Amino acid sequence: MKSKGARSFYLIPYYIWIALFVIAPIALVVYYSFFDLQGNLTLENYQNFFSSVYLRLTLSSFWYAFLVTFFSILIAYPTAYWLTKTKHKQLWLLLIIIPSWINLLLKTYAFIGIFGLYGPANKFLAAIGIGEQQILFTDFSFIFVSVYIFIPFMILPIFNSLDKLNPALMDASRDLGASSWMTFRKVIFPLTINGVKSGVQAVFIPALSLFVITRLIAGNKVITLGTAIEQQFLVTQNWGMGSTIAVFLILFMIIIMMLTGQREKGGSANGKTK
Amino acid sequence: MEKLSKKAKVYLALVFFILYAPIFYLIFYSFNSGGTMSNFDGFTMEHYAAVFNDTRLLIILMNTVIIALLSSLISTAIGVLGAIGIVFLRNRKMRNAVLSLNNILIVSPDVIIGASFLILFTMIGVKLGFASVLISHIAFSIPIVVIMVLPKLQEMSSTLIDAAADLGATKRDILTRVIIPYIKPGIFAGFFLALTYSLDDFAVTFFVTGNGFSTLSVEIYSMARAGITLTINALSALIFVITLGLVVGYYFFNQRARNSIGTGGH
Repeated sequence: MKSKGARSFYLIPYYIWIALFVIAPIALVVYYSFFDLQGNLTLENYQNFFSSVYLRLTLSSFWYAFLVTFFSILIAYPTAYWLTKTKHKQLWLLLIIIPSWINLLLKTYAFIGIFGLYGPANKFLAAIGIGEQQILFTDFSFIFVSVYIFIPFMILPIFNSLDKLNPALMDASRDLGASSWMTFRKVIFPLTINGVKSGVQAVFIPALSLFVITRLIAGNKVITLGTAIEQQFLVTQNWGMGSTIAVFLILFMIIIMMLTGQREKGGSANGKTK
Repeated sequence: MEKLSKKAKVYLALVFFILYAPIFYLIFYSFNSGGTMSNFDGFTMEHYAAVFNDTRLLIILMNTVIIALLSSLISTAIGVLGAIGIVFLRNRKMRNAVLSLNNILIVSPDVIIGASFLILFTMIGVKLGFASVLISHIAFSIPIVVIMVLPKLQEMSSTLIDAAADLGATKRDILTRVIIPYIKPGIFAGFFLALTYSLDDFAVTFFVTGNGFSTLSVEIYSMARAGITLTINALSALIFVITLGLVVGYYFFNQRARNSIGTGGH
C-alpha cells in the first residue's frame, strides 16, 4: 500500500539511529568485555571483576552513592514540602531548577576555590576557631559537592508529588487526632513515596557513574564505577576491563530502575536529568 | 492554607543561598585583578579580555556552537520524522518496543554512552574529532526530541488528517501544512532542549573527541584539572548569562506549547 510505504519512510533514519546508536553500542560493550588486552577471547575480565579490588571498588561506589542519595532526600524533602506552601511556588521551583542547568563542570570548579586551602570555607572554619582543614580531596568534599549538584533533581519530583496531594487528607488526619509527625509518617510520606523513588532514580545512578566530581574534587580518594570505566578506557587503554565494568554498571542501572519503577508517572519530565 | 513558619523560611533561605552562592562566587571572582579565588584585590575586566583575545579559545567556542546548532538541527529533523512514524505505528507492541529503545540513551549514564560510542567509532573507522563529536551529539539528542514531540502528536485528532486528505491534500501537504504546523511548539521545545544538551555535554564528548578537536566543556575540564585560572571564571559568567537566556527561551516555548492545548493549536 502506498500510504504505508510513505509512513515507514519517515522511520528509516530513525530506525538506522536505533540500530547504530542504541543497539550496536550496547552489543559492542558486551562483546568487548570478553577480550583481554592482547585481544584473546577470555572470561578473565569477569574473574577480575569478582576479585577483591573490584568488589571493594563496587561496594565503596555503592556506599558513596547511598550516602549522597540519603543526604539529598534529607535536605530535599523539607525543601520541597515548604516550597509547596509558598505563595508563588512555581516561580520558586523555577529558581530551584535553574542551577541544575548550569554546567556541572563549572559548579564543581567553584568548589575547588571554595574548599581550597585559602578559600571561604577555611576562612569560616578559622573564624569560628576550628582552624584551617584540608577539605579538598576528602570524601566529605565529594559527598558535599555531589549532594549540592543533585539536589534540584531530588526536589523536583518530590515537589510534584507533594503538590498533587489533596490537603483535605492532612486536615482529616489532624481532625482525627494525629500529631503532625504522625500525619507525616502515616499520610504524607506514603502518598509521596513515588516522588522520592523518582528522585532516587535521578540521583543514585549518576552518583555511581559521574567521574567529573571525583576527578576534580576528591582526587584519588574516591573512585566510583564511572571513574573506573573512564580510567580503563582513556588512561590504561584496557577496553576489555572497562567494558566489563560498564556491563555491570548497566546491570545495576536496570536493577535500580526496576526497584524504583512505578506505574504512575513521577513527573521528572521537567528540568534536565543528566 | 497554613502560613510558613519562621523556621521554614530560614531553612528555605539557606537552601537557596547554598544553591546560588557557588555560582555567584565564581562570577564575583571573575572580576578579581589578583589571580586567585580567595583574595579580592581589585576590579578588573582583564579576564574577559583574555577570553576574547585567546584565538584558540574562540575557535573552541565556535566549534562548540557549530556542533550544538548542527546536531540539534539534524536530530530535530530525524526525531520529528521518527515521532510521526511512531504515532502511525498500528502495532501496539511494536510501538512500545520502539519507545523503550528510544529511552535507553536518555537514562544511560554518560560514561556508558561515551565508552560505547568510542568503541563504535573505532570499529567502523570514524576518525575521532569533529565528525565523531557531531555524530554523538546527534545520537544522544534524537530521543529527547522524540519525547518532546510525541505528546503534541498524540493530542492531534486524526480527523484533521482525514479532512485534509478528503479535501485533496497530498501526503506531502499533510505533513508540511497540517502535521508540522500543529506540532510546532513541540518541535521548538525539542530543538531547544537538544541545543542545551549539546552545549552542556562533557562526558560523552570527552570520550570521543580525540586529540585535535575540543569543545568548551572539555577545554574547561583540562583547565580546571590544572588548577584555578580566572579565565574559567570569566567563561562561567558568560555561560551563566547564555544559559539563563536559553532556559527562559525554553520555558517560553514550553508555556506556549501548554497554552495551545487549551486553545486547540496554532
